[in-house]
Amino acid sequence: MAQSAQGLGGLKYDPTKKTRANEWNVLVALILIVLVFEVLNRLNGTSFLFNMRDNVDSLFNQQRLDIIVLQVAITGVIALGATQVIILGGIDLSPGSVVGATAMVTMSFAQTAMVNGNPNPNAVFGPAWLDLPVIVPIAIGLGCGLIAGLINGLLIAYTRIPPFIATLGMMVSARGVARWWSNGQPVSFPTESYGALSNGDLLGSLTFGLLSWQGQNPAVVFIILAVLFHVIMKFTLYGKRSYAIGSNEAAARMSGIDVDRHKVLVYTIAGILSAVAAVLLTSKNLSAQAGMGVMYELDGIAMAVIGGISLSGGRGSITGTVLGALIFSVIISGFTSIRLDAYYQEMVKGAIIVGAVVLDQWRQKSRARG
Amino acid sequence: MTNFILETRGLTKRYGGVHALEDANFTLAPGEHVAVVGDNGAGKSTFVRQITGVEQRTAGEIFFDGQEISHAGPLEAREAGIETVFQTLALADDLDVPSNLFLGREIFKFRLGPFSWLDRKAMRDRTLEALKTTAVKIPNVDNPIRNMSGGQRQCVAIARTAAFASKLVIMDEPTAALGVQETAQVENIIRGLKERGVPLILVSHNLRQVFDLVDRIVVFRRGRIVASLRRDETDGNDIVSYITGVKGNAETAYA
Repeated sequence: MAQSAQGLGGLKYDPTKKTRANEWNVLVALILIVLVFEVLNRLNGTSFLFNMRDNVDSLFNQQRLDIIVLQVAITGVIALGATQVIILGGIDLSPGSVVGATAMVTMSFAQTAMVNGNPNPNAVFGPAWLDLPVIVPIAIGLGCGLIAGLINGLLIAYTRIPPFIATLGMMVSARGVARWWSNGQPVSFPTESYGALSNGDLLGSLTFGLLSWQGQNPAVVFIILAVLFHVIMKFTLYGKRSYAIGSNEAAARMSGIDVDRHKVLVYTIAGILSAVAAVLLTSKNLSAQAGMGVMYELDGIAMAVIGGISLSGGRGSITGTVLGALIFSVIISGFTSIRLDAYYQEMVKGAIIVGAVVLDQWRQKSRARG
Repeated sequence: MTNFILETRGLTKRYGGVHALEDANFTLAPGEHVAVVGDNGAGKSTFVRQITGVEQRTAGEIFFDGQEISHAGPLEAREAGIETVFQTLALADDLDVPSNLFLGREIFKFRLGPFSWLDRKAMRDRTLEALKTTAVKIPNVDNPIRNMSGGQRQCVAIARTAAFASKLVIMDEPTAALGVQETAQVENIIRGLKERGVPLILVSHNLRQVFDLVDRIVVFRRGRIVASLRRDETDGNDIVSYITGVKGNAETAYA
């Protein structure tokens, strides 16, 4: 009876071993994928990561790295919200449509009065609503996201309908709002300051010119939000409650956590994050269309799942999602770098999402066996 | 004013036409450890559920710590000082041991509504302390409890109860699913509670355990309390006679 406290009943459990964080596996996967593309590129005499041009003085292929971050920045912001909702044990199908609706509404308040010396031909509202300070469309946009998220949260927490259904309803309705807003017409010609939201140099102004990352503001915002929510999920009551509810809702209730109120809060934050994505997207494109953001929710969920967030709730982290987003992006960039057709890209993307969930199931099973 | 920590008078619970608990008169002295035994469906768990506020009683009175109580839910009971280990573990599998111990009563560095900053070090330190006083051995408290054996998880649940117990601990079959060594560990925790003078109601099927641990044994049969016997005045056969109805069938005993 040397073992008195552990390894009882034939259960395999090594007490000295600290469970390795799931994120390490995701990081290893990311590195492996990068390596694969590097090798594939080398076979063609090019490089995936490194600079091969003699006239550019840089070790890495800066352009590629920029694109890898930029092309997932906007859906990445949605993935941050999706991560929190999934950790809570829920699911949110509405972000894509909320992006569409928010984009239309926000853009309508961001329009400029004069386009090339002519009155804005595309104005949604009268002259009094043109050339508003940039804070107005931002506030209205975030408000739209807040309302959508709040409705999601209230429905899920107080009518007890499954999150899948509640957010599916929001997905369809918000898309309807987006189309109804301007009868399907695109809304364009924003003020210069609105356009600068995405296309300016936020990093430059944040660091007082010390650093500069021109035109990469969505990536900067994504990184800032990722760090913010990483801290919130890891160190605050908000995170602890989210993990507890996703892990065992009954236990959370029994422990005195106001589960319903917390759910409303998490879905509301996810809604606001969708609105942030909408603002970044419209500012980047200088235009809003009713069809914007289609499939964004699935991209966001996919990034979270690839990053090791368990769809059954309670497990995963923002770090995992950021790594998942990078894997997602590296794969797209990698396929482009080896000149693979976009059609194949989507097929492989789908397979990777399914593969990530299968992997998650296996992990759970092997844990259940102890 | 009574000098009992817990007293029930005429406690009754009916589920529709089923009389799950009938006219239960029960007392618990400060520091006393009492076992509640009985056959399946005898009303043991029903009795516990009325005291812990999980269910609302049909009739009767409950006095706790000198005051009549009517807990609207398990939370109020917990706030009043009644800590319970439920048959189904109320633990979050994906959280580590400190998070589970402090679930719903976290310690903060500073408060900011839902974004209050957790004092993880303080919670960890106090967890280690609590595990030490309750003699629970958990090798690595930073692992999520999902990775632990059933017995260790049960020990975490019991340690949580024991660590925060201020006035009364109730355990509903805490060792039902445990192996021999884990059962021994739980029994050590219970002895620790006795030393600290924390009163306990232990629902158990295990008569050996009951005779080892408690001061008094209360027998339930068909929703009624049929016997209340001091440990040194009875034996296993006697208890079994009451449980099966060979003895004490006619009258309702006052526990």
